[in-house]
Amino acid sequence: MSAYSRDEILRWLGQVADPEIPVLSITDLGIVRGVEIGERVTIALSPTYSGCPATEVIENSVMDALRDHGVEDVEIKRVLSPPWTTDWISDEGRHKLRRYGIAPPEKGASKRALMRGERQVACPRCSATATELVSEFGSTACKASYRCSECLEPFEYFKCI
Amino acid sequence: MNKESALLAYVTRLGDNALVLGQRMIELVAAYPELEEELANANLALDYIGQARMFYTYAAELEGQGRGEDDFAFLRDENEFRNLLLLEQPNGHFGDSITRLVLFEAFYLAQLEALARCEDARIAEIAARAEKEIRYHLRHNTQWLVRLGDGTDESHRRVQESVNELWRFSGEMFEADEIDTIVEKAYGGPKLEELQKRWLADIDAILINATLEKPQDTGMASGGKAGRHSEHLGYMIAEMQYLQRSHPGAAW
Repeated sequence: MSAYSRDEILRWLGQVADPEIPVLSITDLGIVRGVEIGERVTIALSPTYSGCPATEVIENSVMDALRDHGVEDVEIKRVLSPPWTTDWISDEGRHKLRRYGIAPPEKGASKRALMRGERQVACPRCSATATELVSEFGSTACKASYRCSECLEPFEYFKCI
Repeated sequence: MNKESALLAYVTRLGDNALVLGQRMIELVAAYPELEEELANANLALDYIGQARMFYTYAAELEGQGRGEDDFAFLRDENEFRNLLLLEQPNGHFGDSITRLVLFEAFYLAQLEALARCEDARIAEIAARAEKEIRYHLRHNTQWLVRLGDGTDESHRRVQESVNELWRFSGEMFEADEIDTIVEKAYGGPKLEELQKRWLADIDAILINATLEKPQDTGMASGGKAGRHSEHLGYMIAEMQYLQRSHPGAAW
C-alpha cells in the first residue's frame, strides 16, 4: 500500500505551472496522460510541440514537485500518441487563459483551423469579436498575435493545432 | 539490404532532412527584416529541430550501438548525412527561403500523412505529431509565396527566379531508392509516385495563385539521399558541429 493515491499525485501535478504560460498548470494544459503507482511512480507526459523548449523544464518540475511531497522514485515517460492538440486543454484552463489575457483556442477546431484559417477570435479583455490577426506566430511556439479593433489592445491567441 | 537496416536508414534520413533545414533556418535568426517574421522563422525552425531530435533518438535506438541523438547530429561527417540537396542550399534572399520551404513542405506534409498510417508504430506517432506542425508551416509559407508572386513587379520577378533556380532540386524527393522501396513494402511506407502526384497538384495550385510559372522539368539534381552533397553542406555542418567537435561531450 503506497503512501499516496493517484488523486493526490494529480493534485500535486495540478500545482506544476507551465513555464511559458505560468497561469496554466500542466493538468490544465492536458499534457499529463497517465499516473501509475507501482514500485515507482510513472508519470506519462506528452509534449505540446516537437520543438517545445519547455518539455525538459516541465519534466524536471514534475520530479521536483513530487519529491517535495516525499515521492522519491519517479519516472517520466514521454507519450506521443495520440498527439496532443489544443483540444486537450481543460475548460478550467481555457477560463484561466482568458483571465490572463490570452484568447483560448477554439475547441474541436484543430483540423479545420489549420486548413482554412481561424474562426473569429474574441478579445480576451473586452470580448469584442472585431479582431485582426497580426501574425500567426508569437512570443512562444504555441501562440499567435492578434489585435482588438474595439479596445485596440494587442493580445495573444493560443493557436489551434 | 534487410528491412531493419532500411528502416534505420529511412529514419536517419528523416532526421537529416529536419536538422539540415532547421539549421538553415536558424542561420536566419536575428536577421529578419521585421519582428513578426523573425518570430515565425524561429518558431518554425524549432519545430524542425524537435522533429530531428525525435527521429534521431529513434534511429539511435534502432541502431543499438549506444549512440544518442547528439551523436547523430554532431559527430557524423558530411558524407554520412542523407538529406535532400534542396535543404542544404544556402538561404539566399527571403523569396528563396520561402520557395524552398513551400517546395519541401508540400512534399513533407504528404510524406508525414502517409507515415502516420504506416506499420511502424514509433514512426507513425512521430509523424502524427509532426504533421500538425508542418500543416501550419505550409499555410503560412504559402501565403508568403502568393504575396511575393502576386505582389509587385520586382517581388514577382525575383520569386519567379527563386522557383526557377530551386526547381531542379525537387525531383530528388520522388526518386525512390532501395531504402524507400523496402520501407514501402515492409512497413507500409509512402509510395513516392503517389506523393509526387499530390505534390504536383498542390504546387500547381499554389503557383497559379501566386501568378508564377511552373518551370520545365529539365536536369534534376540529386545525390543527397545517397550522401553525395553539394559543396554547401560541409560549411554548414562545420559551423553546426563546431562546439561538439572542439569540446567533445560538452553538455548544458
